[in-house]
Amino acid sequence: MAVDDALNQLGNQVFLTRFDRILAWARKYSLWPLPFGTACCAIEFMAVVGTHYDISRYGWEVVRFSPRQADLLIVAGTVNYKIAPALKKVYEQMLEPKWVIAMGACATSGGFYNNYSVVQGIDRFIPVDVYVPGCPPKPEALIDGIMMIKEMIETGAKRKRDILEEMKKR
Amino acid sequence: MTETKSPVLEAIREKFGEDVIEAGIFRGDEFVVVKRERVIDLLRFLKEDPGMSFEFLMDVTAVDWLGRKTPRFEVVYHLYSFSKNRRLRVKTPVPEEDPRVESATPLWKGANWFEREVYDMFGITFDGHPDLRRILLYDSFVGHPLRKDYPHDKRQPTVPTDEFPDPEKNVRVYIDEWKKRGE
Repeated sequence: MAVDDALNQLGNQVFLTRFDRILAWARKYSLWPLPFGTACCAIEFMAVVGTHYDISRYGWEVVRFSPRQADLLIVAGTVNYKIAPALKKVYEQMLEPKWVIAMGACATSGGFYNNYSVVQGIDRFIPVDVYVPGCPPKPEALIDGIMMIKEMIETGAKRKRDILEEMKKR
Repeated sequence: MTETKSPVLEAIREKFGEDVIEAGIFRGDEFVVVKRERVIDLLRFLKEDPGMSFEFLMDVTAVDWLGRKTPRFEVVYHLYSFSKNRRLRVKTPVPEEDPRVESATPLWKGANWFEREVYDMFGITFDGHPDLRRILLYDSFVGHPLRKDYPHDKRQPTVPTDEFPDPEKNVRVYIDEWKKRGE
């Protein structure tokens, strides 16, 4: 066979894989995060981007402030009812594929604010893939959270968005 | 409590007489309670009189004394004098049926946003204010949340939440998904 001959000639200079796997490999090491920072969690996010923790080691350092150029939304801080429509719009403007991290107690559940103005968790109106606990979380915790996103991408795991779609069809 | 050694309070008493409801020193802080009709006159006196010279309006806020005092509201002004390094608190009672006070914006431009905040949170209106609308809350918000009779658990959502299951169920579905991944 001509193909076999060609492969034999190339020896170990080539390897075969599935297209979606190589795509996932590329994606997981080039996440472009969009920080939606509204409180002290955003300061912790800055530490993660800064030299000491340096998420560029993983290829995630291209922080974008336009949702159209980002594929990982990190909601860092308290989200109140006034800003919720803006956050929803930001999420909707992001192009597929996209993932969401709720960083810290406030974004996860409203934190210790249970009053007239604070949304009790962003998962009330946008799908969240990874929740990072803490008030604010340590930089290591956020890195661990993004690691989980990376794991989701490499295993092709369903996102919360996909699960919600399925639930709607059922 | 109604100690009157302060020269500032003496001067105010002398000038405003019957209109001063109460004046005194509480834990080292001087305060004056004055009738609503005269509050702007008093503030003008405090700002412009050379003996007083309270040039700086630090804050305007309000208190809701629901069920504890009549009249229900109290608008509070905090003044500071740079030149004489002293502070003064001016309070004025405001009834629930007619929650309005004359605006202090002609005296201090900085009163603008303070008064908008008081309006936003307590629903007290300021006559003569150039732009009295909500400053912190969204326009569709109904009511005034720092009033003591605003229901503490009332929420006024701005985004649709219908397609999202309740948070507990939400998390459980998700944990199942993660467990599946580990197998």
